[in-house]
Amino acid sequence: MRPDLHHLFRMDKLPHIWCPGCGHGIITRAIGEAIADSDIDLEQTVIVSGIGCSSRAPGYMNFDTLHTLHGRALAFATGVKLSNPQLNVFVLTGDGDATAIGGNHFIHAARRNINLNVILFNNNIYGMTGGQYSPLTPTGKMATTSPYGNLENNFDIPVLAIASGASYVARGTAFHDKLLVDCIKEGIKNKGFSLIEAMSMCPTSYGRRNKMGTAADMLNDLKTSAVNINVAKKLTPEKLEGKFLIGTLHHKPYREFTEEYDKLIDRLRKEGD
Amino acid sequence: MTIRKTSLIQGNRACTEGALAAGVRFYAGYPITPSTEIAEIMSEELPKFGGKFVQMEDEIAGMACILGAALTGKKVLTASSGPGISLKQEAIGYAAMAEIPCVIVNVQRLGPSTGGPTSSAQGDIMQARWGTHGDHPIIALCPSSVYECFTLTVTAVNFAEKFRTPVYVLLDEIIGHMRENVELPAYEEIQIIDRKKPTCTPQEYKPYIIDESMIPEMADFGTGYRWHVTGLFHDETGFPTGKTEIIDNQLKRLMNKFSKYEDEILLWEESKIEDAEILLVAYGSTARSALDAIETLRNEGIKVGLFRPITIWPFPEKALKAKLEKVKHIIVPEMNYGQLTLEVERICKDKTLVSGLFKVNSLPITPDEIIAKVKEVL
Ligand SMILES: Cc1ncc(C[n+]2csc(CCOP(=O)(O)OP(=O)(O)O)c2C)c(N)n1
Ligand code: SF4
Repeated sequence: MRPDLHHLFRMDKLPHIWCPGCGHGIITRAIGEAIADSDIDLEQTVIVSGIGCSSRAPGYMNFDTLHTLHGRALAFATGVKLSNPQLNVFVLTGDGDATAIGGNHFIHAARRNINLNVILFNNNIYGMTGGQYSPLTPTGKMATTSPYGNLENNFDIPVLAIASGASYVARGTAFHDKLLVDCIKEGIKNKGFSLIEAMSMCPTSYGRRNKMGTAADMLNDLKTSAVNINVAKKLTPEKLEGKFLIGTLHHKPYREFTEEYDKLIDRLRKEGD
Repeated sequence: MTIRKTSLIQGNRACTEGALAAGVRFYAGYPITPSTEIAEIMSEELPKFGGKFVQMEDEIAGMACILGAALTGKKVLTASSGPGISLKQEAIGYAAMAEIPCVIVNVQRLGPSTGGPTSSAQGDIMQARWGTHGDHPIIALCPSSVYECFTLTVTAVNFAEKFRTPVYVLLDEIIGHMRENVELPAYEEIQIIDRKKPTCTPQEYKPYIIDESMIPEMADFGTGYRWHVTGLFHDETGFPTGKTEIIDNQLKRLMNKFSKYEDEILLWEESKIEDAEILLVAYGSTARSALDAIETLRNEGIKVGLFRPITIWPFPEKALKAKLEKVKHIIVPEMNYGQLTLEVERICKDKTLVSGLFKVNSLPITPDEIIAKVKEVL
């Protein structure tokens, strides 16, 4: 870890609880780097999470941190941000946390375009509970609750976020961590709902069951499956078969909820004068 | 008392008047009959006070959202009914565990399930006590008039802040929708309690360390204290722990959190109780029928009195027990199948007989029905 990041973490809480080879640590560090490189007031920063391995990240981060209920991080964060719009609010969440049990909050927070920076750790599985399938477990893959292979289809998280109203949407991976840092920094700058899907990996509850090799092999899979959106523009659909895009996928700022609310308060105050 | 305004208002509106007077500046919720007026009025009034209202996507989100707001230092409230209150339960447990002040108004309707949206009931008494999983502390207050909707909402906010706990205001549909003329006191005359904030430096701050008050000091998010909030068992630093001794201590403290404040928290009202041989224990709208019945029965020379718990949880156990000298029979009329009767039985069964009078069909319990029941046990 860069020494200039130490003050952003609760060093006394380390080592973390994640398994060796887990991608979540890399993503957590990337969030720290993005915060360090952004001009934000650390004392005015709140990090909110739900429940899951990924949602344990805020406990290691030296801010006001709020570890909530499974799926509800965005609803708590909406309360934090709306009641005090001065605060920089980050939401760290898993693929299950954000798109299964918390799916409703996800689309509605995006719809409000409320200024939250959401980093969604996607490891394609319910890691914490030992490997049940999530809405992001690829069809056909094994999980403890899909012992014959997953029959269900997946969400495309960026598409879901864009359709719901997010004003900044990007994807990075645990391998492309520099790009991930850049995306998070862009998300911080965006005054609205920013969703960064961070492709992670869970060797323990997902990789092993699906014979994906070591953690290094899984990291390599992330490397080879990802195509930068700028490169992808020049590639044929055949070349993109089975790949996913990384980088900034969408950026369209528009009216933000807490600003609109403050304007309403101002208007009523003037009318009252 | 300086009167700010006199108006003919519903119980639900009186709750909002109480909330605003007590300093509530954040509301999040989801509409449901018969509580919806509370959301509607708060959406109109809060921005005028510089406060915030948001209609969330469901009641779970409404509850979670007010807890987030409470952590930034706001006084917060949500309101709902039956199905919505069921959805809020997990987050109410979170508030009890992380000790986040919040008020939940439940305008009770007939359940279970969708039940009777516009029908009155008192079927959520046990849910208020034990609705969320695990042992936990809770306070529930139960108004019997429109004016009391106002005063008890103020009290609920004060209790939430002082004791860092979720507090229910348990209306029933009759009280919520009934209109009465009330005189609302000037804002300056309302006693307001704010949560205790840390006086130490951020470096010294341990968010769950307690002094003799039993209630830890709470820093607002964004003020440099950088603390950690979790629904996991945690030690005094706020971080999760699996140590059985700490878990044991934390839960014991939570369960005993209110015991030294009983004089302040336990509220009740007595009527014609001194010589009573038959005691009615009634709350909410049912207490109004009980008072009416008592008048008729007293005119006939029957010695009946009323004990009306205003704080339903924790139940004013000692106060009730102290009144049983002459009582031969207690009758508990309630619009459920005996939820509070069970509690009264537990407290009084060694000293006197206890019977319930239950009616769960959307109609109120009438004075005549209470009179008939009293005559039956005479
Ligand atoms: C209401 C509720 N349901 C279920 C659980 C159990 N649970 C805890 S974490 C989890 C899944 C976490 O998966 P994800 O959000 O993808 O995060 P990961 O652990 O993979 O990082 C589940 C099902 C819970 N804590 N609360
Ligand atoms: S179970 Fe998976 S997601 Fe959880 S810490 Fe281990 S590797 Fe990471």
